[in-house]
Amino acid sequence: MTGTIKHHLTDDLLMAYSAGTLPEAFNLVVATHISMCDECRARLASFDAVGGEVMAGVETVELAENSLTAVMEKIQAGAGISIDKPKSVRAPDSIFPMPLQEYVSGDLDAVKWRMVGGGVSQAILNTSKDATVRLLKIPAGTAVPDHGHRGTELTLVLQGAFKDETDRFGAGDIEVANEDLHHTPVAEQGEDCICLAASDAPLRFNGILPRIAQRFVGI
Amino acid sequence: MLTTTDPSATPEIAGLAAKAARARKIVGVMKAESVTANETSKRLAWVAQMTAVRDAKDTDAFAELFAYFGPRVKSFLMKSGASPDLAEECTQDVMVTIWNKSHMFDPAKASVSTWIFTIARNRRIDHLRKQRRVEPEDLPWGPEAEAPQEDIMALQQETELLGKAIAELPDKQRVLIEKAYYGELSHSEIAAETGLPLGTIKSRIRLALDRLRHAIG
Repeated sequence: MTGTIKHHLTDDLLMAYSAGTLPEAFNLVVATHISMCDECRARLASFDAVGGEVMAGVETVELAENSLTAVMEKIQAGAGISIDKPKSVRAPDSIFPMPLQEYVSGDLDAVKWRMVGGGVSQAILNTSKDATVRLLKIPAGTAVPDHGHRGTELTLVLQGAFKDETDRFGAGDIEVANEDLHHTPVAEQGEDCICLAASDAPLRFNGILPRIAQRFVGI
Repeated sequence: MLTTTDPSATPEIAGLAAKAARARKIVGVMKAESVTANETSKRLAWVAQMTAVRDAKDTDAFAELFAYFGPRVKSFLMKSGASPDLAEECTQDVMVTIWNKSHMFDPAKASVSTWIFTIARNRRIDHLRKQRRVEPEDLPWGPEAEAPQEDIMALQQETELLGKAIAELPDKQRVLIEKAYYGELSHSEIAAETGLPLGTIKSRIRLALDRLRHAIG
């Protein structure tokens, strides 16, 4: 996978993920991309190092008098020990990295798809309300209606590929769209395109029918 | 005052003392080989302490890490909006996690300050934001039993240089980075903030990248 990825996470997304301030829906997309992309994994490590330096550089405050004793007592009482999870690595033929599998509660075959019109199916994943994230399945050769964005939209390709006015996005690629981008993504021929898409505001469709449909499907 | 440095308090420590000595010796050798700035040797000392906690459940080494990082973790959490009481509770939680997860510490992949930061950040998300955060999946290969010493050394130096680069930024820029990590800037604020010296720290980060890529695989 790594080496074929052309479209990566932006610095501001990596910094916000490292700082821990992204909405949960964005966390999922970022963690899923990093699972597929060693380049961004390394860049995230650098941003974590920035966080480490910020933390190590703060002026100190006093701890409670018995702080260390309290910590040692908790340790010896076995506090916070959880049985180690088995290594979080997906099966070689799976297109769902483990963070995504946690939200789907399984692999691709566990997704409960719903048709949303135009042959496109979606499955909304359950996250906090400050942003939404969904799986999208776009049949090969099909277009998603022309739309704009009020906030930020992240689209990560898991299988297949799509093209829009800006470029081609294949498996592992992530498109970071903001308010300036109006686009009509079209799934490439050959294979259904499956994407993980997060948005912190509703999409804005440029057409009366998609706008009516939007009310019902909650895109 | 503390019973925690008494070996009888932790029965397993006796059997592991030799291992601790070995861990310290390894880093001791590294220190001798690399006569560098004090700051880097401070970081290598943290690696030695963390390695001793990991390999030998060394409570003395843990107390030294606690004395340095505890007050900083608490301060960091207070700057992130925690009350002193919550920050204290959360800091204790972070320190317990450092002990419990010490087997995950890999000095060729993250310096001690970086590693502790990620634990403190995740605890902050649990305690303060009450949000769920997924982590990327693990790499298919695990930490190497004995990471190459030059990798450990190089990572400490890179981290040291990164810390210096941040410290030497103009006040206004440095404060913005700090605010981002205290959680005071949302993602869109980071994206819109033209004063954020991403370019400046990026040149430093770029240098660190090859090193990290090498460490990651």
